[in-house]
Amino acid sequence: MNSSKSTVPFKGTPEQEAQLLEIIKEKKDSQGALMPILQKAQEIYGYLPIEVQKIISDNTGIPLEKIYGVVTFYAQFSLYPKGEYTISVCLGTACYVKGSGDIYDKLQEKLGIAGGECTPDGKFSLEACRCIGACGLAPVLTVNEDVYGRLTVDDVDKIISKYA
Amino acid sequence: MENITVKVNGVEISVPKGSTVLEAAHAAGFEIPTLCYMKEINEIGACRICVTEVNEGRGFRLVAGCVYPCSNNMEILTNSPKVIESRKRTLELILSTHDRKCLSCVRSGNCELQKLCKDYGIEDGSVYDGVNNQYEIDDSAAHMYRDNNKCILCRRCVAVCGKTQGIGVIGANERGFKTYIGSAFDMGLGETSCVSCGQCIAVCPVGAISEKDYIKDVLAAIADPEKTVLVQTAPAVRAGLGEAFGLPIGTDVEGKMVAALRRLGFDKVFDTDFAADLTIMEEANEFIERVQNGGVLPMITSCSPGWVKFCEHYFPDMLPHLSTCKSPQQMFGATAKTYWAEKMGIDPKNIVMVSIMPCTAKKFEIGRPDQSAAGVPDVDYSLTTRELGRMIERAGINFNALPDEKFDDPLGISTGAGVIFGATGGVMEAALRTAVHTLTGETVTDLPEVRGTSGIKEATYKVGDLDVKVCVASGLSNAREVLEKVQRGEADYQFIEIMACPGGCVNGGGQPQVPMGIRNFVDIREERAKVLYNLDKSMPLRQSHNNPAIKEVYDTFFEKPGSHKAHEVLHTSYVKRSVN
Repeated sequence: MNSSKSTVPFKGTPEQEAQLLEIIKEKKDSQGALMPILQKAQEIYGYLPIEVQKIISDNTGIPLEKIYGVVTFYAQFSLYPKGEYTISVCLGTACYVKGSGDIYDKLQEKLGIAGGECTPDGKFSLEACRCIGACGLAPVLTVNEDVYGRLTVDDVDKIISKYA
Repeated sequence: MENITVKVNGVEISVPKGSTVLEAAHAAGFEIPTLCYMKEINEIGACRICVTEVNEGRGFRLVAGCVYPCSNNMEILTNSPKVIESRKRTLELILSTHDRKCLSCVRSGNCELQKLCKDYGIEDGSVYDGVNNQYEIDDSAAHMYRDNNKCILCRRCVAVCGKTQGIGVIGANERGFKTYIGSAFDMGLGETSCVSCGQCIAVCPVGAISEKDYIKDVLAAIADPEKTVLVQTAPAVRAGLGEAFGLPIGTDVEGKMVAALRRLGFDKVFDTDFAADLTIMEEANEFIERVQNGGVLPMITSCSPGWVKFCEHYFPDMLPHLSTCKSPQQMFGATAKTYWAEKMGIDPKNIVMVSIMPCTAKKFEIGRPDQSAAGVPDVDYSLTTRELGRMIERAGINFNALPDEKFDDPLGISTGAGVIFGATGGVMEAALRTAVHTLTGETVTDLPEVRGTSGIKEATYKVGDLDVKVCVASGLSNAREVLEKVQRGEADYQFIEIMACPGGCVNGGGQPQVPMGIRNFVDIREERAKVLYNLDKSMPLRQSHNNPAIKEVYDTFFEKPGSHKAHEVLHTSYVKRSVN
């Protein structure tokens, strides 16, 4: 079995943990406590790796699998941190018909991660987005604030090397 | 209770208010098919196979019969063209993502999905075929594998793991089309704190989860002339095996089982009941010692390897409460490879010890450390009741026509105390029969207070001038409740029996699967337990200490219960494990 445990080293601080424990203490006895705890935890850490989910499990008695099931069900939760650079590929209709799907695939292959994940060195995270209002430049991707348009699959290497 | 009247397929019937459509139909003699529904445990109305037409005065419409409550004067149609059409469509959709390897699937012939497809005439299972998820088979656990390509997402396994057992190491991950049943962070089941109880396998409607099958290895050992192949059968196997051959639930097949094992080629057919008697000698002695010498109390039984593993993961601080006795399976193997091997002049390395168990955790147990009294594993292969059923079927043995035969001597000699080990409360009753005799010289047989299928039972017995307060729990969420009570100091028990599976081994994870349509209405725990209590009643000897073979094994080998030698061979230790 492939484990989808994040390979980016966990860098949680004691302060973050104290904050999370406080939230758990406050909420754990109310019904449906898991969702608000997870939302706060993601606010504190930016994502929900195994280390964070374990803290929640140990302190609420909710089985780890149940927490993981909820985290993977909702798109609002992420198992991976944001990288230094977030590459966001538009898969909106205009970009998609212009081949952004292939660009997205190429990026996954090149970075060795799936959409939603972060490279182990913490440099790049990859995500798909819907229409950034630049359909005239389709297909489009952004790297943090930088926008790249009228792309082909061959442009991917060049863009990555600019930030590597 | 208030009753209401409903009409099922034109048959008028009065049912208690609050009954579901499914229950009303059952009472009227019509079965509504189900896949996800498990009474009180998984009432999620998700699979839609149970759709039924109901009319509450506003015309007929389809509802999920398993959870929809009846109203007064409701008309119910369980077999209308609309119902059949809908169920067919649902089956075709389920099949579109089901790996249809039915030819050799372990569940072929008793698969609930296969039966429905036959009943509803699904001639083409591929009508909705399209893109499919591909899953790797998870075989990381010692006792079972999961093949999600066959999973139909009914969530029965999730419900028994989380609710009945209170463990929850499996659940639904991701969502929509990508949904699959797995563990946190895609850990293999072997990495989690799964206790190997196998209750998930017992309820799976299809072949998505199954025990690891060692039939081939056992057949190879039997075929090897160098090896002496011994088999032992747990008490509960004789109460369940008949179901694999179409016999009614609760049929005693002890004699036929022995005959079948002999015909399969085992050199000696022995009985785990002998080792159950041996366990009682050691455990009753340990209990008395703990009481008299201020040892850790309450003492908790250690026969159920699923329970032992649960304690190691979830209550590691309570391990000193566990009896140090090995389980009967392991005591049997250890005694066979030391005492019996010596007596027969056979090198224990050439003995292959096979056990037939109603249990999947036994497969994990044989690989535990500190279970090799003769320097080789006490038990080499542990097969489930289901595997034995398949072995017999494959060998072409006409099981139902077999004569009744007897176990071999001396490790086939047992008492009524040994046979009731297979039901919740049985170990407690057997232990008390011997402990009371040791302390007071009195003879005790029936102890009805600790019998029956309720999850937690309590009783107090006056033994001499001692009040012995006991508790019996089966099903691990019940066990958790009892242990937490002990931890909080709210219970002053001296002796606790815990079995991992609800109702004890008779309802073990290795017993033949009973279709949920039957399980929802018949208490299989009770029916199978009756077999054991009837056997107990019919036996001339009903206390372990009266077993002549046990007397001999102590006289000639172990000296006395709790001796140095007994400790070396028959006792073990436990380890702390983490929760994942």
